[in-house]
Amino acid sequence: MFKSKYFEVIRTTAVIVISLAIAFLIITLVSDHPVKTIGIFLLEPLSTKGHIGNVVEMAIPLMFTGLAVSLLFRANMFNLGAEGIFYFSGVVTSVLAIHLTLNSWLHPLVAIAAGSIVGALLSAIPGILKAKWNANELVTSLMFNNILFGIGLYLLNYHLRDAKAFANVSYKFEKTAQLSKIFQGTRIHTGLIIVVVLIVLAHLFLYKTKWGYELRMTGINREFARYSGMKTAKVIIMVHLIAGFIAGMGGSVEVLGMYSRFQWTSLPGYGLDGALVAMLAKNNPLSVIASALFLAYIRIGADLMSRLSDVPSEMISIIQAVIILLISAEQFLKFWKNRMLLKEAKEA
Amino acid sequence: MQTALLEMRGITKVYPNGVVANKDVHFSLRAGEIHAIAGENGAGKSTLMKIIFGMEEPSEGEIFIKGEKVRLQSPQDAIDRGIGMVHQHFMLVPSFTVAENMVLGMEPRRGVGINYAEAVRMTEETARKYNLAVNPKAKVEDLTVGMKQKVEILKALLRGAKILILDEPTAVLTPQETEELFRELTQLKEQGHTIVFISHKLKEVKAICDRITIMRSGRSEGVFQTADVTEQEISRLMVGRDVVLKYDKETAPDGGPVLTVEQLNVNDQQGKALLTDISFAVHGGQIVGIAGVEGNGQTQLIEALTGGLTGVSSSGAVKVKGKDILNSSLLDIRQQGVAYIPEDRMRQGAAGEASISDNLISTRYRSKEMNRGLFLNGSKIAALAASLVEEFKVRCSGPAQQIGMLSGGNMQKVVVARECSTGPDLLIAEQPTRGVDIGAAQFIHKKLLELRQAGSAVLLVSADLNEILEISDVLLVMYEGQIVASFEKPSAVSEEELGLYMLGIKRQNERQTGEATEHV
Repeated sequence: MFKSKYFEVIRTTAVIVISLAIAFLIITLVSDHPVKTIGIFLLEPLSTKGHIGNVVEMAIPLMFTGLAVSLLFRANMFNLGAEGIFYFSGVVTSVLAIHLTLNSWLHPLVAIAAGSIVGALLSAIPGILKAKWNANELVTSLMFNNILFGIGLYLLNYHLRDAKAFANVSYKFEKTAQLSKIFQGTRIHTGLIIVVVLIVLAHLFLYKTKWGYELRMTGINREFARYSGMKTAKVIIMVHLIAGFIAGMGGSVEVLGMYSRFQWTSLPGYGLDGALVAMLAKNNPLSVIASALFLAYIRIGADLMSRLSDVPSEMISIIQAVIILLISAEQFLKFWKNRMLLKEAKEA
Repeated sequence: MQTALLEMRGITKVYPNGVVANKDVHFSLRAGEIHAIAGENGAGKSTLMKIIFGMEEPSEGEIFIKGEKVRLQSPQDAIDRGIGMVHQHFMLVPSFTVAENMVLGMEPRRGVGINYAEAVRMTEETARKYNLAVNPKAKVEDLTVGMKQKVEILKALLRGAKILILDEPTAVLTPQETEELFRELTQLKEQGHTIVFISHKLKEVKAICDRITIMRSGRSEGVFQTADVTEQEISRLMVGRDVVLKYDKETAPDGGPVLTVEQLNVNDQQGKALLTDISFAVHGGQIVGIAGVEGNGQTQLIEALTGGLTGVSSSGAVKVKGKDILNSSLLDIRQQGVAYIPEDRMRQGAAGEASISDNLISTRYRSKEMNRGLFLNGSKIAALAASLVEEFKVRCSGPAQQIGMLSGGNMQKVVVARECSTGPDLLIAEQPTRGVDIGAAQFIHKKLLELRQAGSAVLLVSADLNEILEISDVLLVMYEGQIVASFEKPSAVSEEELGLYMLGIKRQNERQTGEATEHV
């Protein structure tokens, strides 16, 4: 059949290669020891168990938000609200982690469930506004990020803040609430298992169930879905609920897995990173794993590079910017695809 | 040999979705001729014209104007070289006046404003020069389709077009309007213009064209003097076989009324009547055709039948098997055993980026057979898709192929396959063969007749007179939201006579229309 069907794969690979090449170029210009610095950037994340652990730890929240955003993008909803929900659900979970007394099985379960449900309900609001009144989900979700951050910060400052601590952080979580580590010598926590299970479930949901089918058809052509008899407003609200649930769970898991106090005084950025992960994964749940690991890898690489060499870690923003720019630039490599098509057409 | 006014050599065009629209096409145009490009839909006529008009760039090939090689990168390039185009779907601003539309993009100025009087004068001058009467101050939305087309032609002429491309200009016209258009075109030719006339209506091509280029599946099949070839020869070249638009219809047993429409009235928010006192019935084993010039209430009628009425007030009853479905949702209507082939397959009929198989199950994925517990039954769906692709002869690499990669005809076959294969009691078919090639159209007609034979009721709304006269058992004609005529033997009605009713020049009295609609 069409070789051009591999076009997207090749394109994504090309984007990554180009952005890495630009990174190397910058390192070469900035660093006194470019070869050594590039070596650190590329290989150091794999050098010790601890570093590999860092990559995986960072990939966990990225997988959560990447998955949530993928589902929204699949439904053709350009919603970036995962950011605020991730943050606010973290706050909600923290409240329960501090104030509840339960055994170590039930405690994280209850706290995470609460964070996830709150996330789902909050996410439903832009969904309902979109489904019923066609309010642009990008605008409402971005405004929601600010609102949720404001309320979350208020709760931290006035209700959760530990006066005895030296920074603006909450009281300590109960030990029972925290997620256990699953690999000795790393901070990789049970959240990894949760998110991988979630990704597999999302894959099955999207491709193997009638609800996932409705979601995909609504995303491709809402008019067609409506004509076929689907209730597209319901589908849109449903995908918002699911995505909010996943993003909220991500915030809850991150808080309980990585910290002993709630300490985000600004939005952690995982929600917007989720959009990048989703774009790299072409909104495919299973690809989210690889794409989140990749992003985590280059970030940890950059972080180690800044500690061990003379290049600051902000360089990573340039790589990310190039990736987003090239992936969203429709014309990139189009000429090459056209040539490929022409060749195939002639052979046919 | 005289040099060609415009020549295209070796044009190949491949669209980004892999569709090969033109393959190594040669085309040459002599000054002062009317040159027809004939071919089935999807043969690549429109793409070739888009390339001439700078809307698409060819993937390969060269274009020469008066022997000079050119590259047309935008319609402006084409306009600058004296090429004008009248699109099938008019590019006019409905709320503007004729004069305003005429000068759009080249407005005469007075200070910072537009010199409206000058625009009117320019319009009148052009209209007089080419003997095409229009009222410059009329609003475009109030004009008839024929008038709108005239404005489009004038627009191109005002911009200095010497080569005029008309893309299926007669598709939306009544027979009378078509004759007038032909008079105008002949006149323009006498004044030295060169006209490219795209059509698949062979009678028209024979009537006014000097030469004809025939296209088939993206290739040029040759250039002929129109006088030297017969309609049969042209059609054979177009489709590769002789077209028979006659069907042997067996009589189907009357299955009793399935759809009954009683005194249906629809008014828009301003109170303007869109549909007035529509009453008719469609029985099982019967195809009822609705003819009419577009915009005479057919759209609203279909909307009323498919739960699509919005922002209007309606009264009366629409019953399917006795149950009133007016104002029900399309899902509820479908559950009453109604299937619906929509007019616009790209907008409503298909999800372009989804697979053929996904497109085939969109109206039945909820059913018990298609599901196994929580999950869709993948093997059942695959089997269904494979058998439908086979039965409906969809040319594709397999059910997993993206439907957007298929040609219009094959895509429409998928839509028809989906709607016909559920065994509907009533099928509403809206322009089921618009924009598809003759082969696919015949196939679709056969499927509609098969459904009829199986006892389904079929309501067919179509602008293709040939189709509607040939396969309907009863024909209704709509004009300005009313049924103005009804015929029990449509194949005995001539296109000319039908045209008179469609234009509102003739109408049957209430007793006549009533009779036919009562006992059908």
